[in-house]
Amino acid sequence: MESLQILIDGFAISSLYALGAMGFTLIFGVSGVLNLSHGAIMVTAAVIAWAMASSLGVGPYLGAAAGVLAAVITSFATYLLVVRPIQTSRRIAREEKEIFVLTGTLLWGIMLQEAIAYLFTSNPKTVLPLIPGVISILGVRTPMQEVLTAVLSWMVIGLLWLLVNRTRAGKVLLAASINPRGLTILGFELSTIYLYVWGLYGLLAGIAGVLLGSFLGVSSDNVGQLTASAFSIVVLGGLGSVSGSLLGAYVVGYLETITAYLISPSIRTVPVLLLLVLVVYLRPQGLLGRR
Amino acid sequence: MKTGKTFGVAAIVVVLLACFPFGVSGYILGLLTLAFYFAVFAMSWDLLFGFAGEVNFGPSFLIGVGAYTAGLLNHYAGFPIWACVIIGALASVIAGLLLAIPALRLRGPYFGLVTLVAVLLLQNVIVLFAGITGGEIGLDLPDVLSIDDSNNYWIALAFMSISGALLFGLSRSAVGLILQASGQDAMQASALGFNVTKHKLAAFCVSALFSGLAGAMLIFYEGTASVGTVVDIAVGVQVIIAAVLGGRRTILGAALGAVFLIVAGELLRPLGELSTFVVSAVALVVILFFPGGFLGTLLHTGDR
Repeated sequence: MESLQILIDGFAISSLYALGAMGFTLIFGVSGVLNLSHGAIMVTAAVIAWAMASSLGVGPYLGAAAGVLAAVITSFATYLLVVRPIQTSRRIAREEKEIFVLTGTLLWGIMLQEAIAYLFTSNPKTVLPLIPGVISILGVRTPMQEVLTAVLSWMVIGLLWLLVNRTRAGKVLLAASINPRGLTILGFELSTIYLYVWGLYGLLAGIAGVLLGSFLGVSSDNVGQLTASAFSIVVLGGLGSVSGSLLGAYVVGYLETITAYLISPSIRTVPVLLLLVLVVYLRPQGLLGRR
Repeated sequence: MKTGKTFGVAAIVVVLLACFPFGVSGYILGLLTLAFYFAVFAMSWDLLFGFAGEVNFGPSFLIGVGAYTAGLLNHYAGFPIWACVIIGALASVIAGLLLAIPALRLRGPYFGLVTLVAVLLLQNVIVLFAGITGGEIGLDLPDVLSIDDSNNYWIALAFMSISGALLFGLSRSAVGLILQASGQDAMQASALGFNVTKHKLAAFCVSALFSGLAGAMLIFYEGTASVGTVVDIAVGVQVIIAAVLGGRRTILGAALGAVFLIVAGELLRPLGELSTFVVSAVALVVILFFPGGFLGTLLHTGDR
């Protein structure tokens, strides 16, 4: 019984992690940016969805939509106000852009976190579930919201896969990640592509944030933890590798769930951290990454 | 050439600061004391990042190891303060070597992640063994450096000045130049015949030594060691912000940034929860518009 419970809970959490990490890896793959405000963008989506649905009473669906929209807007703001000025600045040496983008997005994330805490307090908030109720899967009582989380996560990941591999726009994205200079020679405007990627990223982070908010609940104090877990998943799987991120998400999700159920919830993240150190030492490119 | 002038200005500032206890309230002295220890954290970080080119996201790992080693020795074995501080600093150096091993193999984001994980693990260990370490509440220490505000202030100021002079001198020496070369282009530096590995290891040891010393002294100033003051990621983030804000690759700028951060955080306290927001926003604006930081911008305009 317990193993079945672990199987189900682990699957839902892992799917959510996978979705959250997808946007993170997309931005890194296409534009080489490690966005340390990732957690803050997810929490923004969840908190806006909560505020709209619970306080203004527009209902769970409109609330969720508002949350995702807020994430997209925040994502554009991150790019236009923080990342692009650093990338185009002539006063920052090229080899230092990376640390500036890291520090800049980190500060931006702290600003978002503090703004949320100020406007909505840092109390944990649970977004109204899109579908209430409980169903029984092979005898395990599972909230409908948990099932929905897993299904929606996979649907979005599937759509993303179709977009990248089956559409012209996706091909442009792939090309931008492989050879940006070649793409500009072909007459594509890189800055437009980046805008488009950040929009897509906002969408992914927003959906992940709203789902997280309705499944586990969020508070502005989770921001750092969320960024760190996306970062670890992506590094575990291999930076820039989409299938690697999926694998990484499942390894992390199940390892955490098993630890929480069988040992103690208080050391939930410890085995993941140890595994991460081990992988980074022995196989720095990650599980499925290429050198 | 410029080194001498910078040293002169810094010496005058230190002398002026040393006179503060004769005319300033104990509250401000306490604030500056904390800021001075923070300054050493930031300067040590700048040596690793600005010169050796290693992005260490977990300065609080080195600080925390030093602080907790010293604290536990004092709490359980009753060692005198000076012995605790020295052993704590040595423990930090060992921690620094532990970090250096991956740093020599990994690049950029990967190394950054390892340092981040190191902090999280340390924090988890401290909280898990709360029975011994005091966990999130903190570990109370039987001994304190001094109960007098002025003495504490002078100890911190002297410690910061000596550490700053040593680190600054090191950064401007031949070793500092080789480090800088190794950080910017390790391949070329080793092609020129410099032992990159040895120099980077040395940088890690020195950075860890000062971080550990400062961490250990800070807890003996406060009389308690807690995760929130010496281990938490937020502490590390503040150290990084201070160093980048003050001007990376300047060492002394890092001290300036640290004092600014601590004092600004206190001045903005009436804003309540918004104070962190404002400090972060200011830091972001400085990074975007004056990437050289306070000291970098100052020295640069002086050049022209």
